[in-house]
Amino acid sequence: MWQALAQSVPVEVTTARANAHVDPSLHIWESEIPIYLFLGGLAGGLLILSAVLAFMARREGKPVAKAATWMPFTALGLLSIGMLFLFLDLAHKFYVWRFYLSFELTSPMSWGSWILMLVYPVGILLGLNLISEEARSRIVGFCPLARAGLPSPLCWLAAKAKKMNTGLWGLSIATGIALAVYTGILLGANGSRVVWNSALLGPLFLVSGISGAAAFLLLFRTDPDNEKRLLRFDIAAIVAELVLLGLLLIGYGNAGVGGRFAAAQFLGGPWSGSFWGLLIITGLILPLVLETSEQRGRVHASKILPIVVLFGGFMLRYIMVFSGQPTSIVQVAGF
Amino acid sequence: MSATRYAMVVDTRRCVGCNACVLACKSENSVPAGYCRDWIVEEVRGNYPHLSAEIRSERCNHCSHAPCVANCPTGASHIEEGGVVLVNHQKCTGCKACMAACPYDARYVHPEGYVDKCTFCIHRVRRGEDPACVSICPTKTLHFGDLDDPNSEVSQLVRTRKSKVKGPETGCDPNLFFLV
Amino acid sequence: MKVSGGTAAGGVLFSGLTTKWWGADKDPIPDPGTDGKIVPSFCEMCFWKCGIHAHVQNDKVTKIVGNPDHPLSRGRLCPRGTGGLGLLYDPDRLKRPQLRREKDGKQYFEDVSWDEALGFIADKMKKLSKEHGPESLALFSHGKGGSWLKSVVKAYGSPNVGAPSWAQCMGPREVGFELTFGSGLGSPEPLDLHNARCITLIGSHLGENMHNTQVQDFADAVGKRADIIVVDPRFSVAAGKAKHWLPIKPGTDTALLLAWMHVLIKEKLYDRDYIARHATGFDKLVKHVEEKTPEWAFTKTGIDPELIRASARTMAAARPASIVHPGRHSTWYGNDTNRMRAVAILNALLGSWGRRGGIYLKSSMDLAPYKLHEKVGHKITKPAADRAKDAVIPFGGESLVQGFRDASFPGYAEYDIKAWIVYGTNLIQCLPDRKKTEKAIQNLDLMVAIDVLPTEITGWADVILPECTYLERYDDLWAPGYIEPFVSLRQPVVKPMYDSKPNWWISKQLAKRLGLGALFPWDEPEEYLRARADASGISFDALKAKGVVHGRPEPATTEEGVELTFDTPSGKIELYSSLMAEAGLDPLPTFEPPNVGPAGSFRLLFGRSPVHTFGRTTNNRMLGEIKSENEVWVNARAAKELGLRQGARVVVENQDGAKTGPMKVKVTQRIRPDCVYMIHGFGHDDKRLHFANGRGGSDSDLITKAAVDPAVGSTGMNVNFVTLEEVMS
Repeated sequence: MWQALAQSVPVEVTTARANAHVDPSLHIWESEIPIYLFLGGLAGGLLILSAVLAFMARREGKPVAKAATWMPFTALGLLSIGMLFLFLDLAHKFYVWRFYLSFELTSPMSWGSWILMLVYPVGILLGLNLISEEARSRIVGFCPLARAGLPSPLCWLAAKAKKMNTGLWGLSIATGIALAVYTGILLGANGSRVVWNSALLGPLFLVSGISGAAAFLLLFRTDPDNEKRLLRFDIAAIVAELVLLGLLLIGYGNAGVGGRFAAAQFLGGPWSGSFWGLLIITGLILPLVLETSEQRGRVHASKILPIVVLFGGFMLRYIMVFSGQPTSIVQVAGF
Repeated sequence: MSATRYAMVVDTRRCVGCNACVLACKSENSVPAGYCRDWIVEEVRGNYPHLSAEIRSERCNHCSHAPCVANCPTGASHIEEGGVVLVNHQKCTGCKACMAACPYDARYVHPEGYVDKCTFCIHRVRRGEDPACVSICPTKTLHFGDLDDPNSEVSQLVRTRKSKVKGPETGCDPNLFFLV
Repeated sequence: MKVSGGTAAGGVLFSGLTTKWWGADKDPIPDPGTDGKIVPSFCEMCFWKCGIHAHVQNDKVTKIVGNPDHPLSRGRLCPRGTGGLGLLYDPDRLKRPQLRREKDGKQYFEDVSWDEALGFIADKMKKLSKEHGPESLALFSHGKGGSWLKSVVKAYGSPNVGAPSWAQCMGPREVGFELTFGSGLGSPEPLDLHNARCITLIGSHLGENMHNTQVQDFADAVGKRADIIVVDPRFSVAAGKAKHWLPIKPGTDTALLLAWMHVLIKEKLYDRDYIARHATGFDKLVKHVEEKTPEWAFTKTGIDPELIRASARTMAAARPASIVHPGRHSTWYGNDTNRMRAVAILNALLGSWGRRGGIYLKSSMDLAPYKLHEKVGHKITKPAADRAKDAVIPFGGESLVQGFRDASFPGYAEYDIKAWIVYGTNLIQCLPDRKKTEKAIQNLDLMVAIDVLPTEITGWADVILPECTYLERYDDLWAPGYIEPFVSLRQPVVKPMYDSKPNWWISKQLAKRLGLGALFPWDEPEEYLRARADASGISFDALKAKGVVHGRPEPATTEEGVELTFDTPSGKIELYSSLMAEAGLDPLPTFEPPNVGPAGSFRLLFGRSPVHTFGRTTNNRMLGEIKSENEVWVNARAAKELGLRQGARVVVENQDGAKTGPMKVKVTQRIRPDCVYMIHGFGHDDKRLHFANGRGGSDSDLITKAAVDPAVGSTGMNVNFVTLEEVMS
């Protein structure tokens, strides 16, 4: 397929344009972007799973697993690291506040900026809501106003959070979905980059985020029931991810010259090794097999498994960002 | 009040690819060293001795449906009078979403941090002058004007001669027309 | 993303609320502010001399654009004109006068004062004059600023003044046309390309050769759908616009030209009336080309006979608005005058001389003469020493500067040349056989280099004098022959940088020290220029304000009423050249096969880039952004056989073992398999040229062999053969 795309009549194209990071092909985003997309997807997934676990715990009448109660705050921490990387990527850093002086309807990045603003209060509320009373008091104790016995906004917030339940959990799930999906749409809205020209990227990054969140939770000690639950979530998410990746490749095949070029990147082209070796086999199929074995009790849960899943999640974004940048439809399809 | 739709026409028959347009633009707009807002592409097809050539002077297409404007999170990339796509340096965060969105790779990151590109020399157009590249071109390859004015040179050229745009399949509706 | 109207409106409202309507944002129209005070002048980035408008702000030039009033630029410039900024602000410019010193066996250049440098030169020149006669000094001068120097050298008493633009460039063309029509073509060439309906280019790669006005006119012709015929071993930019591209075997052009004449005559497509009225020797020509059929030409040139016929018919169909472009650089294979005669004859058969859309008759403004050197100083008593003793070179016009070089070897010429002043010409990259040039210099008592940049030749000098750029000085008035007469002024746009000086000052100071101060009876050039303008009936104030003053156009073609006359012995167009016959050379052009190279080698061809002028501009960082190095063009099939891929780096070596590179290879379909091509002017090795040093390869380093034209004494340089050796990095 790769050779088939070569021209049969030789064409010599010369240009003296040599704009940095643009020529010979676009390379504007470095590792900062996949790191952010990964951490953003992970944070979104953690918000979703924390809220889902809260729903399930309520239905079962059991308390939420301890490890899960700290996940909202952890998610915010991870997200903040991701946003730091995002900030580092900006070329005009002093103007970063401009993101928050406008809302551009057609810009996924603008949506994202405001979604991020929503994630923080939701995450804080969810975190304050899920943790134990004791933990809540400890946190409130950090506020100097509270220690002085004066009315403290943190105290008020904690009190409000304590009373919330399904409304907050529903909002958290929605926010988490928005966060994880928009990271995919960030790439997917660029129809001019043939590898990114698919609406599937949003849902793909979402299920990858959920899978990563489940794996992340598995890194922490929790009761066997919870472990089984998380394994189920992860397996489902990984299967969904494989299905979506398959649909992505099929979609490429039906999308004209650009799509065929995109598919060729992964089917014989320069990204084949990373895609199949690092992502599909190591990052998805291997953990899928091990997790199903673990489910059937044949293999004991190990910490390596979640790390491999997280690695797969990062590789998905890395491969997508780096393989997609250089592939402009105009360059690929010619005039 | 009639609308204005600025456009540029490039007569590839006349263009010899001398690069006068590239250097005049750099000069006029103080484009930093190592970057250019417009450029020459020379395409030669065939096997010796059956060859054909096309030479084009290219730049940002100031698309009517510019994906860079749609994708810009701060409104820095915006559309000004006459449909000219401009970048407001004060609003640009250097996120480069516009560069990913542009199918023509027409933009670059200015060393000062904002994203930059051809402005159709709107500062000159407002004064009644042509863009710098159009003014300097020794082969009179470049024409600039109002596509919404049926009597303008660009309108007449596009109507009377065979022309094409780059990447019509993108749906961006470029306003840079190449006469063939 | 489909969003409802309400939300859309809300979004817009929100957007506007936060920024637009608070006035929190400045006017987003970016104005780079490069406009300044306009000073008109004319360019010297090449030798075409287009009128420019230089924009100045706070004593800095911000940009250079065309002067809309100037007939050569018409407000439009080539990229080199715009790139003048890169020369003005080149950090490698010569800054101060320098003298060669030696210490501990090492030679170096020391910055000195103008007084010391000029004193050194004057003393040496006076000594030389006494010991060997003033004729032992040769001035190599290329550029408008040289006019002042030439006065000084002529008043000093030397006949040896010249530029490589004759014997290394235009000589054969001028002589070929002069022998045929009684007049050469000069510069700018009087070609009515704008109105031509067919333009035939032999080697001329217009579009890569960027003589502004000609490219403008060529583009007009192309735009008007004129037929273009290109004869070139390489698919040039012009070939890309051609109706017929004839990929001719290098060195066989005369065979093609003769076959074209054969077709035009046989098929009665030539301008019979024109020939009958204006030409002699037609019958001899008919006999001469009787056997020169397209089939015969095919065996010499490799061009399909039917293509030869088709292109002949195309050029004839457009006559008389059909020009066989005479080219400019014509020193190719050694029998170049013959080839140029054939071009001239072909033009005559098409009736293009003196016709609209053909070769028009120039007119120029009458400038009051400035020939003070004829009254001041010493009379010139000797002929120029530009040829070997007893050499017979029947035709000339200017001196053969490679002859000056050779005359620097004792005993070569009538008398020895012992001193050189080299102004504005890098002889190391101009003259064939670089090593000979370097050896010749060893024999000199004095070598002075006057230049703007530290080109290779300046490294061989005893004294280096820094001239300021064309943007920083006055030069003499320029009133060329053109389709409409005009006079053009060069005036300073900014003050000279560093300690560089204009040539009028250098010449005046030198003249004073040589006792020839009377040559410059004025203190400031404005005085002189105003006086000359006044004497010519031209307003100097108008010149200063607009940069150009136009004269009254005169009829230039027969269509405008010109009666054609020809300054030849017969008074007619000499198809058969009586003068060539008298000189014992071919009165009708004959075809000589070109030399053959060693098996497995490629003939070396060279040419131009539109952003460069020879080696003069390759250090210019602004122009270098477009083209910083050249490549050697190799046919794709030939490259495959050699195992060379695109971008491979090779060392290029010629038949005499001369080498250049490593340089990049351009594997292309655009050239014949039997030759390679590169742009001239790269491969500098002077370390003082910090940008150009080491970039690309030097074709001139590979031109060790030259074929001398017997009529003119010019040096044909396309006679070297090279091989390519890949360098693994």
